[in-house]
Amino acid sequence: MPPQDGSVSGYSYSVKAIVMGSIDIDRAIRRIAHEIIERNRENSDLVIVGLQKGGVWIAERLFRSLGEISPGTYFLGSLDISLYRDDHAIRPLIESSSTDVSVSVQGKTVILVDDVIFTGRTVRAALEAILDFGRPRAIQLAVMIDRGHRELPIRPDYVGKNLPTSSYELVEVTPEGVSILVGEDDES
Amino acid sequence: MSRSLISISDLTDAEIEKILDLSKVFAEVNSREIPKVPALKGKTVATLFFENSTRTRLSFELAASRLSADVITFSVAGSSVAKGESLRDTAETIESLGADLIVMRHPSSGSVKLVSEWLRVPMVNAGDGAFQHPTQGLLDAVTLIEHFKSENNLNGVRIGIIGDVIHSRVARSNIQLMSRLGAEVVLVGPPAFLPSDISAWPVKVSYSLDEVLPELDVLYLLRIQSERFSDAVLPSLADFSSSYLLSRDRLKRARKDAVVMHPGPVIRGVEIAHEIVDSERSLIRRQVENGVPVRMAVLYWLLAANEGKLDPAW
Repeated sequence: MPPQDGSVSGYSYSVKAIVMGSIDIDRAIRRIAHEIIERNRENSDLVIVGLQKGGVWIAERLFRSLGEISPGTYFLGSLDISLYRDDHAIRPLIESSSTDVSVSVQGKTVILVDDVIFTGRTVRAALEAILDFGRPRAIQLAVMIDRGHRELPIRPDYVGKNLPTSSYELVEVTPEGVSILVGEDDES
Repeated sequence: MSRSLISISDLTDAEIEKILDLSKVFAEVNSREIPKVPALKGKTVATLFFENSTRTRLSFELAASRLSADVITFSVAGSSVAKGESLRDTAETIESLGADLIVMRHPSSGSVKLVSEWLRVPMVNAGDGAFQHPTQGLLDAVTLIEHFKSENNLNGVRIGIIGDVIHSRVARSNIQLMSRLGAEVVLVGPPAFLPSDISAWPVKVSYSLDEVLPELDVLYLLRIQSERFSDAVLPSLADFSSSYLLSRDRLKRARKDAVVMHPGPVIRGVEIAHEIVDSERSLIRRQVENGVPVRMAVLYWLLAANEGKLDPAW
């Protein structure tokens, strides 16, 4: 289903631009999988951890791609970082038991996966959260969209697409594509 | 006045479900290599206990620590209460020190409610007289839901609450909560241990444990609270035990899959035979273990989730 005008958290948004389609998403995921394998030749114990909610499906697709491209020991997990946010008081937990890191991360390389990197605060919280599961050998970050506007010194290792945006716009990533949304009042 | 948790009846069905769900989130946190999250960093939780406690107090303090809250602790012994300071002044002092939430236990029924009306911070009732002990009810519900692998309900489960019901705040919280979750509750004990007017309670009553035993899925034993009554109420513990002690022999006549619970502290040999406490039929250890995630859920719900206020969108 193509992105449609609608409402997000009670505000009305309309689609300003569609910047990627499902084929582009698919291609980006497979490219990132190749890059991950290339960068981690020495150590193929990889734990792919999707950040709730938007990163989870991307992590699953990435996990499958890795398995298809190259044999290795891959694990899949998901992480809800609500309890680590600096603004958790205004964001309730996503849903019950949405964290699942059942494999030990000790000595392995963790690839954190999210749909969009924006201020960097989610990733900061995710770094803190994943370290509570043990001491990984390394942590890398894969995102579908880097939209800029970082507030912390954090950068992704793997990027589907760099997408310059205004800070008031919203970026929506689904398996069908990536679209930029603007508030109805902001459009003028 | 902030949102507090004084009684199970303060909670809507949706809120009960929310707390049960949150406690699963925190059970996962407790299973991590580092079982601690920064969710309540910068908050201060005070425990204010006017009555003895081992597991409730430690479990609240551990829950607060695992959420990264600071914990301050008050016990009557060694405090200014011994010098004659009133309950109100004591509670207000703790609030003035900067506590963001107060967990309180007191021997008088209704005292936590009363104090919550004087203060601005949310409070959690950790047991007041014979009135309520809501977090015990919640952790018992979590333990049973886990045992029966059900979806946040206890539909069709028959629970016998056995022994000193009249003095028990645990029984009152559990009767309310378990029946709202769909369980059938039977109170079992001698007439002196059963409240006289329970026509409004959603329970059945039996004076004979042996009679109802074969029908019960859960045998919930209560402690005889001898500190709360005189010798005239119960002339002999031996008489009580001969009819109501869960002995090995009695357990043989229960359903094969019936489980045993007890809120603690257990007085072995009075309410429950020594070897049953540690048997595989007993959920007593699980009850204690579940206390920490359940109390993390309550503290988080009151302090972080929405600053103690109820969000209708939840």
